Amino acid sequence: MDNLNLFIRSIFIDNMIFAYFLGMCSFIAVSKNVKTAFGLGIAVTFMLTITLPINYLLETYVLKAGALKWLGAEYADVDLSFLSLIVFIAVIASMTQLVEMVVEKYAPALYSSLGIFLPLIAVNCAILGGSLFMQQRDFPGIGTAVCAGLGWGLGWLLAITAVAAVRERIAQYSKIPGPLRGVGITFIITALMGIAFMSFLGIKI
Amino acid sequence: MEKISNKSVFFNPFSKNNPVLVQILGICSVLAVTVKLEPAMVMGLSVIAVLAFSNVIISLLRNTIPTNIRIIVQLVVVAGLVVIVSQLLEAYAYNVSKQLSVFIGLIITNCILMGRLEAFAMANRPWPSFLDGVGNGIGYAIILIIVGFFRELLGSGTLFGFQVVPQCFYDAGYVNNGLMILPPMALIVVACIIWVHRSINKDLQDK
Repeated sequence: MDNLNLFIRSIFIDNMIFAYFLGMCSFIAVSKNVKTAFGLGIAVTFMLTITLPINYLLETYVLKAGALKWLGAEYADVDLSFLSLIVFIAVIASMTQLVEMVVEKYAPALYSSLGIFLPLIAVNCAILGGSLFMQQRDFPGIGTAVCAGLGWGLGWLLAITAVAAVRERIAQYSKIPGPLRGVGITFIITALMGIAFMSFLGIKI
Repeated sequence: MEKISNKSVFFNPFSKNNPVLVQILGICSVLAVTVKLEPAMVMGLSVIAVLAFSNVIISLLRNTIPTNIRIIVQLVVVAGLVVIVSQLLEAYAYNVSKQLSVFIGLIITNCILMGRLEAFAMANRPWPSFLDGVGNGIGYAIILIIVGFFRELLGSGTLFGFQVVPQCFYDAGYVNNGLMILPPMALIVVACIIWVHRSINKDLQDK
């Protein structure tokens, strides 16, 4: 599968929200208005694009069975794949800290708009999910990892912005039955949008 | 915060303070692993185990963890426990662990864990923390099982892989609802559960 195809697939078909429900918690909590939703979406895209290639390199050169061959023949049968969960989450958590510090130093405006979301991203399942899918699907090269990361991120951004826009309007104009107000109706909106996104299935480029 | 009885710590998360329905935590896995009942149950049990033990460990360490690196410490404790669970599942329940695929790993970032560790274990003694972990785990598992039950029954006509919808129904023209197997329907089922739950507990409704 070539990279462009994978990129489009990751945005529309393998969408993190509509197909895998990853990052749902922050998705539900933050999609109340478009501006903050967009901010979080950008942050998630950014982190996915950074962490996926890093984790790809770690997976290929350190963790996979036989990955340590470059150290010498005696390491050829070392299999560290049971450590991958811990390594991935450590990379994600530390990258989050690092990015937070860099953004704070060099782009204070962006920092104040993303501020509270950056630390939350460490526990956003979409980020760890991306790395785990990368591991499961045996990506052929680092370019693929970058494309998939960017695609998944943009897909997430698209989903949260779209749902936030609908929620904003619904909160203003419609009368929802009490028990469904808030969380309930958000679930239903997301589900309907997910069904709509399924029409992208089968698109090939 | 002081003096909440152990009993209410244990039983509140079942309904009044359910992690999924009320605290809106850990939605991702509720939706993704509930196509069939069996993986849903395994997932529920794994979360109960991880949640209970990580709560205890964090509660024991709570006075020694420096506040500014606590998130990383919590993540490492949880990740360690999840690795144990996933290795156990691969050893003893290989088929189920294949079906759950990445979602066992995603227990690490399941917001229920971070939520309970932050909100409860950091401030309480080990024994209430253990009860809180088990209680929240069970509250979570209940929802998983309800959703899994309806999706498997309506989507494939089976429960635990055994056929429950009698053959004569199919002969008479009954068709499985293929929509239930698709991911978006999980959201609708959870929305319906929330609807019912909030109609009963009126004080939980928004505004």
